[in-house]
Amino acid sequence: MSKLQNALVGGVRTVLEHIPAAWLPGASPDHLAERRVALGTQQPRIDGPEKVRGMARFAAEVPMDELLHAAFVHSTIARGTIVELDIAAAEAAPGVGLVMTHRNAPKMKVPPSIGLTSMKAAGNHTLPIMQDAEIRWNGQVVAVILAETREQADHAASLVNVLYDAAPSRTRFEEGKANARTPHSIQMDQNRLEKGNATKKLAQAAVSIDATYSTPWESHNPIEPHAATIAWEGEKLIVHDATQMIHGTVGSLAKVFGIKDDDVFVSSPFVGGGFGAKGLWDHQILGAAAAKLTGRPVRIRLSRESMHRLVGGRTQTEQRVALGADADGKLKALLHHGYATKPRHSITDEAFSQTGRSLYACESFDVVQHYVDLDLLANSFMRAPGEAPGTFAIECAMDELAHALNMDPVELRRRNVATCDPVSGAPHSQSDMMAAYDMGAERIGWDRRSPEPRTRSEGEWLIGMGCATGTFPFLRMPGTAARITVDATGHAHVASAAHEMGMGTATVQRQHAADRLGLPLDSVSVTIGDSTLPYGALAGGSSQTASLGAAISAASDKLAEQLLRLAGNDTPLAGLKPGEVEFADGGLRKIDDPSRHETFASILGRASQAEVSVTGESKAPMEMLKFSMHSTSAVFCELRVSEVTGEIRIDRLVGAFDCGRILNAQTATSQFKGGMIMGLGMALTEETLLDERSGRIMSTSLAEYHVPVHLDVPDIDVLWTDIPDPRTPMGARGIGEIGTTGVAAAVANAVFNATGVRVRDLPITLDKLDLG
Amino acid sequence: MPISINGADYPLPDDPRVSLLDLLREREGLTGTKLGCNQGACGACTVLLDGERVLSCLTLAVQAEGREVVTIEGLTGDGEELHPLQQAFIDHDGFQCGYCTPGQICSAIAMAQELRRGDPSHVTADLASGPNGPTREEIRERMSGNLCRCGAHNGIVEAIEVLLAGEAA
Repeated sequence: MSKLQNALVGGVRTVLEHIPAAWLPGASPDHLAERRVALGTQQPRIDGPEKVRGMARFAAEVPMDELLHAAFVHSTIARGTIVELDIAAAEAAPGVGLVMTHRNAPKMKVPPSIGLTSMKAAGNHTLPIMQDAEIRWNGQVVAVILAETREQADHAASLVNVLYDAAPSRTRFEEGKANARTPHSIQMDQNRLEKGNATKKLAQAAVSIDATYSTPWESHNPIEPHAATIAWEGEKLIVHDATQMIHGTVGSLAKVFGIKDDDVFVSSPFVGGGFGAKGLWDHQILGAAAAKLTGRPVRIRLSRESMHRLVGGRTQTEQRVALGADADGKLKALLHHGYATKPRHSITDEAFSQTGRSLYACESFDVVQHYVDLDLLANSFMRAPGEAPGTFAIECAMDELAHALNMDPVELRRRNVATCDPVSGAPHSQSDMMAAYDMGAERIGWDRRSPEPRTRSEGEWLIGMGCATGTFPFLRMPGTAARITVDATGHAHVASAAHEMGMGTATVQRQHAADRLGLPLDSVSVTIGDSTLPYGALAGGSSQTASLGAAISAASDKLAEQLLRLAGNDTPLAGLKPGEVEFADGGLRKIDDPSRHETFASILGRASQAEVSVTGESKAPMEMLKFSMHSTSAVFCELRVSEVTGEIRIDRLVGAFDCGRILNAQTATSQFKGGMIMGLGMALTEETLLDERSGRIMSTSLAEYHVPVHLDVPDIDVLWTDIPDPRTPMGARGIGEIGTTGVAAAVANAVFNATGVRVRDLPITLDKLDLG
Repeated sequence: MPISINGADYPLPDDPRVSLLDLLREREGLTGTKLGCNQGACGACTVLLDGERVLSCLTLAVQAEGREVVTIEGLTGDGEELHPLQQAFIDHDGFQCGYCTPGQICSAIAMAQELRRGDPSHVTADLASGPNGPTREEIRERMSGNLCRCGAHNGIVEAIEVLLAGEAA
């Protein structure tokens, strides 16, 4: 966020330009990118039977004796002070065990901010939590009720009377733009990127477009509500949570309550959908505080309303994109300027301004992002933060440019393929966007598209096709650790505090460990999901597979060393160094000499050891600074728009992905489709409705916040290039978020093709389609 | 009269305001039935009441007096063997996080019966003659009350088609 950070990151990148790639992680391609047995095959989820039986236990389902249930009272103003807080009736209500307000809440520190302070930080905002009478957003918790049943708690919450002295508040985006701030850097990159004279080149370009796009506040709305079952055992805090950041929650709760990390236990083996929402918010902290006051365990399960009032979402953006090109469609200028709401107490960035920096070759850039500071709930990461709104603006603009050039939109992308990072010049680790475009175009039958808008129809339905590029950066988190334990039967067990929110984490890493260790799948088991296991970084940024993959790979190197030491001299492996052996056939063997082989069981048996256990970790991801590492996709959409009502029906959706190697065809397909369906929601229905007068969110249920339902979702085709990335574990890049990117633009572009109407404001609801 | 849940008798709750969902999850520990919104908007709490699908969050437990409730736990009985639809959900990856899954499965089982009976839906062209077979559009329309946020919709529909094909055979 600072000039200092710009200098540091810039300095490291400059140094890395002079360091040979061979010295960095991923110096030689992971042999598992090519030599695959279990990896790359379709494997059913190992937790499938538990999930379809309803036996997978989620956070709100952990049984505990003497449990109290929590309900919240939310503020109804955005700024001001509590002047009267009458809790007498609530305290007297049946079953109530505690009413906690700022008057009796324990002293709690602000949790350390995610991503800035330490690898064990998870705080999403910097505001004090129930420490004073001040109100800082509409929806802040002003009272926590604990009662014997949830119904009793909800009833008592309705009896709390609060009087506020309201202060002026800033809750209007338009007004906030006037005082927007411009940070020096956003995430890892300098904010305001100027390369060449983009303004001049735009003016001189043969063809140009200049338009403003807007995307609304959106909410994750996982089907499992946020929940935690919390108990104190003396000074030890036990939290059964629904979280995608187990160790971040440990470290943060320890700081909040002034206890040691080791005294916090967090368990989260199953998460009922996360998408960025399942982090540390006020509810776990308030639940733990209330449990401390009563001395009884507490279950907090957020209502849909509380989810909207307490858990931040994807923030509102407004983006101007101006593109200039020569008559052949070669980009001369890319300007991407815009605003996103980010209250000063917010931690996470909606870095839409990253998108245009990596996608296309272009002679000049002018990119800058401003933050609008409002008195609202902190915003947060939501599936593909930055790139989801960023690709909507950039990729609609590319479609507008193609139309202005009278050029096929796929051809426009082909003419602007970047052969290296367009801004820094750093080499790609691997990138083949056009391979994805060619696969996708063939699958959907792109040649059926009419270049002229509003020329295809069937009855009342106008028919159109559109395409867009999706993109998401590669990310590998340092520190993620995995323990491999091999027992005397030759069975390997992998353990890490990783997260399962539906990605198939254990399923895929079991395939990985089997291939890594030369074992059949049924000789490998994987345990994830609680804080007693080796450190796991957050499941976010599509990074978990690469991070845990790197950790397992590092652990396997240590395992080879340990086994050679144990094997001693009376072995076919005698005298061999770790670099001379490989895992195969349930043991180690000399590379290129299969006759010199010994099994794990034989080595351990001779050494009279019951097991050998090693831990390895994901090292500093220097490759991310040396190389330009981005996945890309080509999204194609065919749809119908009713000329009578303006309703949009998606008929087909095709996503072709260039994401490195695919590790499990079944779980990968589901990840891609899931992302794309969230993109459909972004395109057509999703919007968190804010009353800008009061700063109050109005759409606090699934009846008002519209996620795609079965009838909205067509058959989706998913394809992939499967080209290995030579710089990543297993040759793979993350796939959890890219699916969401590009979809809204592909839909908007198809709507334009069908109707001739360009909607630049999401979601594309029928009131915005004037079909005249 | 008691409530039959998965073949066993349970007494009526002392408080008539208890929802069927709370009876299952909070009082009897049958947490396979999921709470997603508690407002009838998401379908995660769907169970079978005398074979018909109901949202257990909007059903009072006393409404089930003398009737048979089947939840996700009741589809398999004590055995290891999965219900064919549960297996089809695994085979077609009809879920990711697994939270909406019990509701989807219970809902689909009753939906199959509605189709068999010829009950029309919003997308049925001729209300008098009923649905023109188990088309994907009919399945999607009829399953639209069961939300899935992970985006497993395609796999869910494919799994249900396996069930319907098995019944037709």
